[in-house]
Amino acid sequence: MIHILLSRWRQGHRTMAYPKTLPALPERFRGRPEFDPGACAEGCHACQDACPTGAIALDRSLDLGRCLFCTECADACPEGVLHFTGDHRLAARGRDDLVQRPGVPPRLAEALDQALMRVLGRSLKLRVVSAGGCNGCEVDVNVLGTLAWDLGRFGIQFVASPRHADGLIICGPVTANMAQAVRKTYDAVPDPKIVIAVGACAISGGPYLHQAEQLGGAAGAGIPVDLFIPGCPPQPHTILDGLLRLLGRTPLP
Amino acid sequence: MSESLFATLGNGRALPLAEVPELTLAEFRTAIIQGVRSGQRLACLCADRELNLYAVLAEDPAGLLRAGRTRLDAPRYPALTPQCPQAHLFERELAEQFGIVPEGHPWFKPVRFHPSWVEGRDAWGRTGPIEPGVLDFYEVKGEEVHEVAVGPVHAGVIEPGHFRFQCHGETVFHLEIALGYQHRGIERALEGGPHPLSLKHAETACGDSSIAHAWAYCQALEGLAGMTVPPRAQRVRGVALELERAANHTGDLGALAGDVGFLPTASFCGRIRGDWLNLTAEVCGSRLGRDWLRPGGLRMDLDASRARNLVERLERAWADTRDAVELLWGAASVLNRFEAAGAVDPVQAREIGLVGVPARASGIDLDVRRDHAFGPYREHPVTPQLGESGNVHSRAWVRWMELGESHRFLRAGLESLAWAEPERAFPLPALAADSLCVSLVEGWRGEVLHLAITGPEGRLRRYKIVDPSFHNWFGLALALRGQLISDFPLCNKSFNLSYCGHDL
Repeated sequence: MIHILLSRWRQGHRTMAYPKTLPALPERFRGRPEFDPGACAEGCHACQDACPTGAIALDRSLDLGRCLFCTECADACPEGVLHFTGDHRLAARGRDDLVQRPGVPPRLAEALDQALMRVLGRSLKLRVVSAGGCNGCEVDVNVLGTLAWDLGRFGIQFVASPRHADGLIICGPVTANMAQAVRKTYDAVPDPKIVIAVGACAISGGPYLHQAEQLGGAAGAGIPVDLFIPGCPPQPHTILDGLLRLLGRTPLP
Repeated sequence: MSESLFATLGNGRALPLAEVPELTLAEFRTAIIQGVRSGQRLACLCADRELNLYAVLAEDPAGLLRAGRTRLDAPRYPALTPQCPQAHLFERELAEQFGIVPEGHPWFKPVRFHPSWVEGRDAWGRTGPIEPGVLDFYEVKGEEVHEVAVGPVHAGVIEPGHFRFQCHGETVFHLEIALGYQHRGIERALEGGPHPLSLKHAETACGDSSIAHAWAYCQALEGLAGMTVPPRAQRVRGVALELERAANHTGDLGALAGDVGFLPTASFCGRIRGDWLNLTAEVCGSRLGRDWLRPGGLRMDLDASRARNLVERLERAWADTRDAVELLWGAASVLNRFEAAGAVDPVQAREIGLVGVPARASGIDLDVRRDHAFGPYREHPVTPQLGESGNVHSRAWVRWMELGESHRFLRAGLESLAWAEPERAFPLPALAADSLCVSLVEGWRGEVLHLAITGPEGRLRRYKIVDPSFHNWFGLALALRGQLISDFPLCNKSFNLSYCGHDL
């Protein structure tokens, strides 16, 4: 017993202060990609050619829902116009809000409407469904339950049954083999309910977007999505930021 | 003796297909059956669209790999499984992929529930839609025998899979595991490559083993391109792989503690695992090591000043890990639960060809880092850590001992990198045509195997991935025999196998 107490003392209190203070993310963390206002070279489409998921269009619009944050585009840019910032805030409510257009400020996720907020605002129970993918998003969703993040302090909790849940978190591109299970789980959640798509796979099919074995994410499987959290996988801060925005607890700044 | 029939090759070294002898079916079967009887291990058995069968045998103590092939006249052949249980899942897999029937297979069922890759040739003669998890499960009959079905969606943040228990009261007579829900077509996507997404597909074959799979992919391509990766880049890859191991072993030990209700270690390790992942993020920006490696070398370098900074953080993470994990071994209640659960018979463990942590926990002395040494492990060896009893305790203990080895390797690696001059990076040359390369990496779960075969244009004609989970899921089913069903979570966690790595 004394050993346990000593360890407890040595390990200390380690729950992070976020969202009261901004996280110290690693220097090489790849957050929101950005085009500099500076012009691209005439007729250059190096970034589009380099992007393995076709997330960049000719008009320099960039689809965060497809982006794998692999930086192939920035590496290919001869002018150094495109770079990845350290901004971890990426979640959006609408699929189209994930498409960044030059000169248009990003539209981050807004809170649930008042009626839903009254029901879910102070206690949100979520059922996580892993539907294809690589288990990477699950790893970074799971970590929110550890004591460093302590998701429970925000009234959010992962539950074991869809019947106990207010909504679903879906990870993975929804494989053909998971389509029925995802649909049944969704149907088993009582109304009103919300759906959160975590990771490039659940938003667009991610790295598997060309594969016939999958349906192109939650929306592709016919499940309406209320919150999109991009990344491959999203950093836990990005996921938490999205969840808190949905509940109207806009983190700093 | 069979040895002369298969071609000998080295880990990550390509061989022209012409030098891999095309055997008759009888020779091919005998080579595998005799080889496995004499202590070799069937590391891979696969087919292609042209009805070729390929096999890779590993003679681990001698550090030898052998490859052989045969061409079938028709999509059927006498199954190897009755004489060689290690072929069991491989034969089901090649049947499902190419419609080739291993006749006389005793457990002939689909693996991943997808249509055959060859149109109009289905091993089960199916023509309609294929429903996942719908199959002829093994059934125990009798009074008071009952069946428990779990999944595909589980009661946690876990991947999907279906488990069918045949129980008598609390005791499990038999467990059958049906997977395939995560199947997203990775091997098929890699055909004809390398494509722009191919490295991503390797990294995400099993997302918590991104480094192991990315390295195996890079090593296969480098072998086919006849390229030698400079030693400093190899050392950095070693650091990446051991950080991945340390993070996952720490997480597993914490989760095992949680499953027996020992909360101090469970809580501490949940956080410390993140500290290990954050060391990886410090180098490549991603906690799971995405985009760290690339064929030919590294995408993200571990420069000298970063290495110096990491040494300090490594020591802090290691001190916290040691403090948290050592509590386990002093708690009688934990040891009691660990020792009483999930023993795999050591003879069966060899017969079914377990790899990685569960194999070493059963006293099987194998580790790719030593037996088929690659990259930095040739000059900076690690010592495989062995258990004896093959139960939950052995698997936990092996993880703990391996954590110590990883820490030692990381410390030495980071210290040497802190003073090493950066090397010039070279692009990957073209891949050799009509060649075969076997690439092995010891990931934290065990042996990751990638088998790459190129066609006449130097593109990947067939790419086979064998995640350690593919070998080990059946081990979990055996570990459950005679156990209480309430011990399933503990046994399962002690293996902690990958669904996506199996399903691809």
